[in-house]
Amino acid sequence: MLEIKNLEASIEGNKILRGIDLKVNAGEVHAIMGPNGSGKSTLANVLAGREEYEIDGGEVLYNGDDLLDMSPEDRARAGVFMAFQYPVEIPGVTNAHFLKTALNEIREARGEEKLDAVEFLALVKERMKLVELDQKLLNRSVNEGFSGGEKKRNEIFQMAVLEPKLTIMDETDSGLDIDALRIVSNGVNKLKNPNSATLVITHYQRLLNYIVPDFVHVLVNGRIVESGGKELALKLEEHGYDWVKEANNVAA
Amino acid sequence: MSDAAMKELPKSDYDDKFGSQEQQETIERITKSEYKWGWTTDIEMETAPKGLNEEIIHFISQKKNEPAFMLEWRLKAFRHWQKMEEPRWPNVQYNNIDYQNAYYYAAPKKQKQLKSLDEVDPKLRETFDKLGISITEQKRLTGVAVDAVMDSVSVATTFKAELAKHGIIFCSFSEAVQNHPELVKKYIGSVVPYTDNFYAALNSAVFSDGSFCYIPKGVRCPMELSTYFRINAANTGQFERTLIVAEEGAYVSYLEGCTAPMRDENQLHAAVVEIVAHKGAEVKYSTVQNWYPGDAEGKGGIYNFVTKRGICLDDNAKISWTQVETGSAVTWKYPSVILKGDNTVGEFYSVALTNNFQQADTGTKMIHLGKNTRSTIISKGISAGKSQNSYRGLVRVGKNAENARNFSQCDSLLIGDRCGAHTFPYLEVHNKSAKIEHEATTSKVGEDQIFYCNQRGISTEDAIGIIVNGYCKEVFKELPMEFAVEAQKLLAISLEGSVG
Repeated sequence: MLEIKNLEASIEGNKILRGIDLKVNAGEVHAIMGPNGSGKSTLANVLAGREEYEIDGGEVLYNGDDLLDMSPEDRARAGVFMAFQYPVEIPGVTNAHFLKTALNEIREARGEEKLDAVEFLALVKERMKLVELDQKLLNRSVNEGFSGGEKKRNEIFQMAVLEPKLTIMDETDSGLDIDALRIVSNGVNKLKNPNSATLVITHYQRLLNYIVPDFVHVLVNGRIVESGGKELALKLEEHGYDWVKEANNVAA
Repeated sequence: MSDAAMKELPKSDYDDKFGSQEQQETIERITKSEYKWGWTTDIEMETAPKGLNEEIIHFISQKKNEPAFMLEWRLKAFRHWQKMEEPRWPNVQYNNIDYQNAYYYAAPKKQKQLKSLDEVDPKLRETFDKLGISITEQKRLTGVAVDAVMDSVSVATTFKAELAKHGIIFCSFSEAVQNHPELVKKYIGSVVPYTDNFYAALNSAVFSDGSFCYIPKGVRCPMELSTYFRINAANTGQFERTLIVAEEGAYVSYLEGCTAPMRDENQLHAAVVEIVAHKGAEVKYSTVQNWYPGDAEGKGGIYNFVTKRGICLDDNAKISWTQVETGSAVTWKYPSVILKGDNTVGEFYSVALTNNFQQADTGTKMIHLGKNTRSTIISKGISAGKSQNSYRGLVRVGKNAENARNFSQCDSLLIGDRCGAHTFPYLEVHNKSAKIEHEATTSKVGEDQIFYCNQRGISTEDAIGIIVNGYCKEVFKELPMEFAVEAQKLLAISLEGSVG
């Protein structure tokens, strides 16, 4: 599904990604872990198509297409979804209106009929249950006045409605208490299916207790320095990131 | 907020800079979309010679077969105007207007008296069709009575019979002068005297036509009254005059909408709107203004210098202005309410959008004279391109206005890094019991917001439309339904995807 080859990227002249190689198949959950400043969020944002980042080399294939050549909205329409670390507020725009616009854009791109208000409402009511969101949030402005936990649950709720093929979770666990973490993870797990893949970007191992990865990659200084199964995450939890840095001769 | 703090309200003068190279290019590409409604209808005109003098005023008055009092009033206004200076205090810049190099009267030649819409000049009908406001459709679908004004003379008025049943008068100003001279004489200039300001004086001297609306005592107007104005002849100044009188306990909702065709030379539009609300009456006046704003280089466009004012003459009256301003090269306009009676209410809801080289200096004046008077001001400025957008508002509380209350909220939204937003709030409080609140914010359509929308499959153009419409929500909800839809479309057209 996703094939990243020797990807290099920088922002404002600072090199962040220094040659990333990664292959993700449908049905898989990959965790990208790493210390602060290692390039985790940059990787997420480059995949989603944020313009501030300069691509310096390498390529990214998404279902055989050149992902880096696509606009952010085309990536989204092709099934790439990013759960934002800091979901953005849009005052005056209801959550429902925003999501309906998004869903119908994506459905149109898939060659599906647009949903009318009644069909849409039926769908969202069902999907809200997945993340235990109050229906009142539908008529509130996008993320405005939401608590940290509500914002993150709202991201997963959007994911549930938009049904992406590739989900990138950018530090979704940051700022979540244990209950919210459980709710968000349950949602993600219920949405897991053989045709979609998930990239979980996180600093901490605890999220991976709930969303169990098939593969764990450790990102240090813009490179993947270790890859392994879920036990790698536990090792990191126990020993911190220093041992990986030392083992790979990277300055701390 | 305390009295002391009130007097030192911040004058924020905010020019913001941000945006990457790519963003900038996208802004330029998208904000350069052409004005969609630029064309000219070829109808034979009857035109007064260029220039302005007493002879021309005699000519206009004679053409319109006016009673002596009207000619007298026009001449007084003209003589006063000659002694006045053009105001230079607004935060706008434009070339000097040569008032002698303009035509002051132009009327489509009438083929014969019109009895129904079907008799209207087909070319005129086409023009309205291009605007998407086919009169027949409006009549059939919305039940809105349309007084279509093309250049200076009204050509069609609908629903007259229905309105007449309630004793409501809704006609062109010219007709009102002919058929209801006593009402015109009583109320013209009673809210905006010809001495009021330079443009009001000019309008009073040369106004060609406009709308007149009279709601008798206790009558609730059963439909929204709507007028579409349109400048058509090249170099013809447009001087509309609207007078709305609501008698005791009456109610009316009045809609005014404008678009104008493309011109290279700047055109002056100096209208006057007067509203009189008697005891317990309520007048809601909504405007969607879309005069030609000039091209992407700042060439051409309408100069829109308008005086709009209402007076709540007696107790418990209410006047509410709602405006969506997307057009004109230069806008200078402050719809105001004089709260004379006790317990009267004034409201001002405004969205002013400027793009390319447009300049707007707009706001309101709320003059509290009676006891327990209340006013609300919600102003939403949106600047894109290289435009300048200023809010200028005055809240004055008179000596005898016990317990006056005002709430003002002035928000500015910036799109791109070359535009400016300015806020000039003025407060004059002469009664200690007044309670006045003022809030002001400046924000920008953020790259983060746009990217968030993009990442959900929404294009940048649509994202800006969604964000801007969300920002304007508080004002749009004050508009009648069909107007709100039109206003949203207008914003989308006017912005066509400016990026921040």
